Amino acid sequence: MKKFSAMTPYLIWMALFIIIPMLLVVYYAFTVTTSEGATWSLANFARFFEPIYLRVLWRSLTLALVSTLICLLLGYPVAMIMAGNAFSRKKVLLVLFVVPMWMNFLLRTYAWLSILERNGLLNVFLTSINLPRLNILYTNTAVILGMVYNFLPFMVLPIYSVLSKIDKGVIEAAGDLGANSVQVFTRVIFPLSLPGVISGITMVFMPALTTFVIPRLLGGGQFTLIGNLIEQQFLVVADWGFGSAISMVMILFILLSMAIMSFFEGEDKEATLW
Amino acid sequence: MVKFLKRCYVYLIFVFLYMPIVVLMAYSFNDSRSRGVWGGFTLKWYVELFHDRTIMTSLYYTLIIGILASLIATIIGTIAALGIHNSRGWKKKLVMNITYIPVLNPDIVTAISLMILFVFAKVRLGFATLLLAHITFNIPYVILSVLPKLRQLDIHLYEAALDLGATPTQAFWKVIIPEIMPGIVTGMLLAFTLSIDDFVISFFTTGSGVSTLSIKAYSMARQGINPKINALSTIMFVSVLVLLVIINIRQEREQKKGRDRRNGAKRQNESFSL
Repeated sequence: MKKFSAMTPYLIWMALFIIIPMLLVVYYAFTVTTSEGATWSLANFARFFEPIYLRVLWRSLTLALVSTLICLLLGYPVAMIMAGNAFSRKKVLLVLFVVPMWMNFLLRTYAWLSILERNGLLNVFLTSINLPRLNILYTNTAVILGMVYNFLPFMVLPIYSVLSKIDKGVIEAAGDLGANSVQVFTRVIFPLSLPGVISGITMVFMPALTTFVIPRLLGGGQFTLIGNLIEQQFLVVADWGFGSAISMVMILFILLSMAIMSFFEGEDKEATLW
Repeated sequence: MVKFLKRCYVYLIFVFLYMPIVVLMAYSFNDSRSRGVWGGFTLKWYVELFHDRTIMTSLYYTLIIGILASLIATIIGTIAALGIHNSRGWKKKLVMNITYIPVLNPDIVTAISLMILFVFAKVRLGFATLLLAHITFNIPYVILSVLPKLRQLDIHLYEAALDLGATPTQAFWKVIIPEIMPGIVTGMLLAFTLSIDDFVISFFTTGSGVSTLSIKAYSMARQGINPKINALSTIMFVSVLVLLVIINIRQEREQKKGRDRRNGAKRQNESFSL
């Protein structure tokens, strides 16, 4: 076949709009501007360790972790049931799981406003059965709910795809060898599904950690998370150095989770995007 | 019984996933502004939506950016995919890793890095920067749609065309391009969908006066509930739904065609050996 040097325009494009911007982030993260100009410094990272920001990091990590855990607890059984024989039309189920993700996540989050607000559907329902009203909106609960709602499919789909590939013979063999159903699950099914669990956890944890839309809309902007902090640094206070430093911490988390993922994943690289 | 419980659990999860979307859409037809009350069916929010000048302007920008970004990304991405397909070793690995950066990076990091680049290069934020940003995050998806088609490509077809007297250029345009066309079209549709669906990257790379529908929806949603957003969401969801159904049907049909062709070839080989 003809030899193409066809990658060149693409490489130039990516160098300009991906590589250089990343390097700029690194540059701004490691410099501070003083009256004599920019100097190399670790001050931006040091600032991140101030109590207020550590609290933001802590809150983001906790909310993201709790959401991830809830997604796992809700999602694993779903994936298992779908991979089992309770349903005959699995393809339809899978599509039904993906369709809500086709709605813009901003609007999906917005949709919860009309359910959770004081005179919203939830409270209309609760008062109609004589239960006290719940004011969930603009609390951590609402933020977690929004995260679980938005990211649950990211947990179910990878676990399902691993579970559905497990050789049924292995499970039968475990049963034949005297394992009860709990043992079959803890000793065979769960360990085999671990790659899916790991990739589900990363796929939920990362966006949950970096989102700024969900806390802004459902938390009412009163709970600053890492994503909001980055947004503020760039759009409100124009402190690029600090904003870049926080972003670099985020990138570090991603590299870490990618390393963990590739460690568990092995050859199964062609993950589908939805 | 267990099967029944399993099914109920999955149905409950589906209720959780679909309820907010259904509520959102239902309220777009609600004549009453207050949430808890159903004031009768109306289309007035849709009428108001189409009379809102700023929303119509953002619709215009959303479509123009979507079309231009997906077209340009398709051209660059297809050429890049040809180049990547023909390269080997570390070079291929490097380029693929660069391709995965914008796919794996959290949107907010891609967004702020591009914003830094544009402001650093003293480009005024606005239409041009928005377009450049959209092209950048679209290209990888085009590449990832075209590459599998190139892998399926039968190299002998190209050689046969050359043997039959075609010049390399003719063989390229008449054999290779038609063969990978389905991947190109899928990539373009996917790019267009991602482009109209994006919020975070647009939010950081656009300037005053230029906003897309999701930016508009965000700024309206921050002030609370507005039935016009519900109408807007319904329209956006339905259009993205239609687009993605088209993409999926295309992919399905292509896969089936590929399978049939392979089976056909196998059958022919068998008849030869007879």
